[in-house]
Amino acid sequence: MESPSNKILDEVTQGDYKYGFVTDIETEFAPIGLSEDTVRYISQKKNEPEFMLQFRLKAYRHWLTMSQPHWAHLNIEPIKFQDIIFYAAPKKKQELSSLDEVDPELLATFNKLGISLDEQKKLAGVAGVAVDAVIDSVSVKTTFSETLSKHGIIFCSFSEAVQNHPDLVKQYMGSVVPYTDNYFAALNSAVFSDGSFCFIPKGVRCPMELSTYFRINAANTGQFERTLIVAEEGAYVSYMEGCTAPQRDENQLHAAIVEIVAMKDAEVKYSTVQNWYPGDKNGLGGIYNFVTKRGICKGNNSKISWTQVETGSSITWKYPSCILLGDHSVGEFYSVAVTNNHQQADTGTKMMHLGKNTRSTIISKGISAGKSNNSYRGLVRISKNAVNSRNYSQCDSLLLGAKCGAHTWPYIQVDNKSSIVEHEATTSKISEDQLFYCQQRGISAESAIGLIVNGYAKEVLKQLPMEFAVEAQKLLSISLEGSVG
Amino acid sequence: MQTNIKEPITLERFTGLYQKNRAFLMVNDTPMLAGKRDRAFEAFSTLGFPDTSMETWRLTNLDESFSRGYDYHLRPMEEVDIQKVFRCNIPHLDTAVIGQLNGWYVSKDVPLMELGNGIIMGSLAEARKKYPQLVEKYFGTMADDTSDGFTALNTAFVQDGVFIYVPDNVKSPKPVQLINVIHHEENLFLQSRNLILVGANAKLSLVHCDDSYNHQASFSNIVTEIHVGEHGVMDHYKLQNLNNNSTLISSVFFRLEASASLDSHYISLNGGLLRNNIWVLFNGPHGNANIYGIYLMDRKQHVDNQVFVDHAWPDCSSNETFKGILDEHARAIFNGHVLVRRDATKTDARQSNKNILLTDTARVNSKPFLEIYNDDVKCSHGSTTGQLDQESMFYLRQRGIGEETARMLLMFAFADEIVAKISIPQLRQRIEDMVKKRLQGELQICEQCVLHCSTPEHPVEFFIDMSKV
Repeated sequence: MESPSNKILDEVTQGDYKYGFVTDIETEFAPIGLSEDTVRYISQKKNEPEFMLQFRLKAYRHWLTMSQPHWAHLNIEPIKFQDIIFYAAPKKKQELSSLDEVDPELLATFNKLGISLDEQKKLAGVAGVAVDAVIDSVSVKTTFSETLSKHGIIFCSFSEAVQNHPDLVKQYMGSVVPYTDNYFAALNSAVFSDGSFCFIPKGVRCPMELSTYFRINAANTGQFERTLIVAEEGAYVSYMEGCTAPQRDENQLHAAIVEIVAMKDAEVKYSTVQNWYPGDKNGLGGIYNFVTKRGICKGNNSKISWTQVETGSSITWKYPSCILLGDHSVGEFYSVAVTNNHQQADTGTKMMHLGKNTRSTIISKGISAGKSNNSYRGLVRISKNAVNSRNYSQCDSLLLGAKCGAHTWPYIQVDNKSSIVEHEATTSKISEDQLFYCQQRGISAESAIGLIVNGYAKEVLKQLPMEFAVEAQKLLSISLEGSVG
Repeated sequence: MQTNIKEPITLERFTGLYQKNRAFLMVNDTPMLAGKRDRAFEAFSTLGFPDTSMETWRLTNLDESFSRGYDYHLRPMEEVDIQKVFRCNIPHLDTAVIGQLNGWYVSKDVPLMELGNGIIMGSLAEARKKYPQLVEKYFGTMADDTSDGFTALNTAFVQDGVFIYVPDNVKSPKPVQLINVIHHEENLFLQSRNLILVGANAKLSLVHCDDSYNHQASFSNIVTEIHVGEHGVMDHYKLQNLNNNSTLISSVFFRLEASASLDSHYISLNGGLLRNNIWVLFNGPHGNANIYGIYLMDRKQHVDNQVFVDHAWPDCSSNETFKGILDEHARAIFNGHVLVRRDATKTDARQSNKNILLTDTARVNSKPFLEIYNDDVKCSHGSTTGQLDQESMFYLRQRGIGEETARMLLMFAFADEIVAKISIPQLRQRIEDMVKKRLQGELQICEQCVLHCSTPEHPVEFFIDMSKV
């Protein structure tokens, strides 16, 4: 017989996706399929300088020589690259100079998603959040650009950066994730359409949170965006990324690249709340989320911190990583990955310790429900020269339901004697004792499960910026508790 | 027919050898075994030898081992005086000794011993002739020829090895010691196949030693299948003390029936390249398996432990604890894989791997991997790599113990967590001595199992430097 707590678990893990609407906006598309012409079309459409076209073509030619990797613990339907539209953009009437000229449909879309593009409506008393809103392949609006530019901060769409700051783009693009890195990175390098660019000059502490909101809207398209964050000496920035997509029966491909460069004493905090459409309860549709995220701590005492809350996507393949090159540099990875129904996630991190006295922390919390599979895959590598380095990893899995899977693949390599690496992990379900304890004190089973799951993820959630923490907690409720969200 | 001399190990060499000697190999085969042999050969031809492109072989490169030329014999070599080769002098350790020389059972005219209580032990080749039904029922049912090239090769060429049968409800009165000594004047490739059957409610302690007699290079591919019946108890020890030119691929397949219990101890003291494949399958509920490992490596030694525990039934518990100390250019790899299948509720699985690196040139790779398809489980894994605890060092130094001695004490204590689990007291005492000697760098290779060890009159003690007190 099914126990009452199982029944409640069943109910609470059946939540619906509430961002599944489609906006009716005029969109122009690239011809379907992928060829060298597509690459040239995108480059031309964006009026890019020659070096960008050459970069894309090199990446495309390299991509042709590669094949899709199969090492992940994922069951991926073959991707038909020739059936994907690689570029889709809301039709622009003219150059936008003020918010009033943005398509009201678009504004409504973002308002509906809870993202305000109106600078006036910023949270009272809070410094506010600068948002770069990206719909399908292009950035539609970046807020607070002017305020930020007073501090010398460049925050704009990638296309604008290519036009206005080609030297910076040339210098840093591909320096952390080269186009040869992997199959999806090569694909992205060839066809990426837009994304965000952020440059914090020496000694500047960014006065507000920067944020990019990605939205897939058009059907049959893939989204390929690219984010580049450069923090010069002593700079600090906290960056947030959010994403949603409409509910469709076919799978859509999202292959992005995020590169972070942190110079001496710089600190970059990158937070993601990933909520792409996860597919329906039978596993139909949903986004394939194949993302390459990597940061390099180039200078001494630099720090890169990744925080991610992964609740969406039918398949997630993503390993935000840190190359700890500078001495005393710090890498952090905090992750909550929730999979439900037929979702699959293979996510984790890589910490490459190259400099002396480098430190890294990995906290990963996986929650699987329904018939989903949730894997943590991580690498901690301490090279010979990384003396006195330290790593602590903890990756726990929580299983809700008897048909899901939770897997842990920690790779640990230590090449010197003075470093200390610790890894620990546990896998369990919500303990009967904990549930009993809560219920005994008058907390209903449903609230108790919510409480325990939230407590379980707390260590990661508290790393999120305030604006995101609220959303993430809600999202966790939606993904698992349905009615509560 | 039987020998080809000094050739490197290649797929072609062995496929050619099989095709040429197929009839000879099959001389005593029952039709079923012959079929098994052919299928294994097919599998081997497809799989080939593993290389670093395979996930489980990513970090163990066999190219150098392969490239040395090896003799390979399809017939036993000259008989030697067994007393000369096997002289295990663990004081007061009363064991039934089975000797293997270069993988061949050394018979002294008694190929198969049948003891009064029904226990049978001796040559596998002989057992195949004498008890074909018993062998057929179990042989090749645990080892998986389809996924591992070495296992397939072993099955295709199987000739001899050791066979032990403990009937239901019989408890083996004393431990069985199986000593495989490699002794040859040329580089040698050898294969041997062991089949150990522990009946329902039966008990067996097995001490399995791999030793080399000289410094000649060797390549061993040894497959052991161990079946433990319902409520059976298996106490298994694997002692590896080979020279630095030897390569050992040891694959042990355990199958535990309901409520069976296994304690397995892997003690790797020396060896050029040691690869331990350990498969544990729970084939019934309420099974329990403890797998302990200790490896003490230096120079360019390489040890690779691959442990796969298959929780196919509910209510089983498994525990893996592997610890190692690495010096100089040594390299250690630990790959634990616990699979909890869909229906394996109430599984309790633990994995732990701890390493101490003594030099910057030593390397450790650790991958404790959990694959779980059931929610009603308790699984955990841990891995640490570091050096001796500075505070403990300080504590000892503060009390006047010399640095060298203090270090030795701490390392010994680190290793002793595993050694202390050995349940045969004499053996534990001896292994403790060997570990001490090994840590002091005195134990180079044991030309025989325990040649370098202390005698009861002169036990090895820690040397405490009184001048510093």
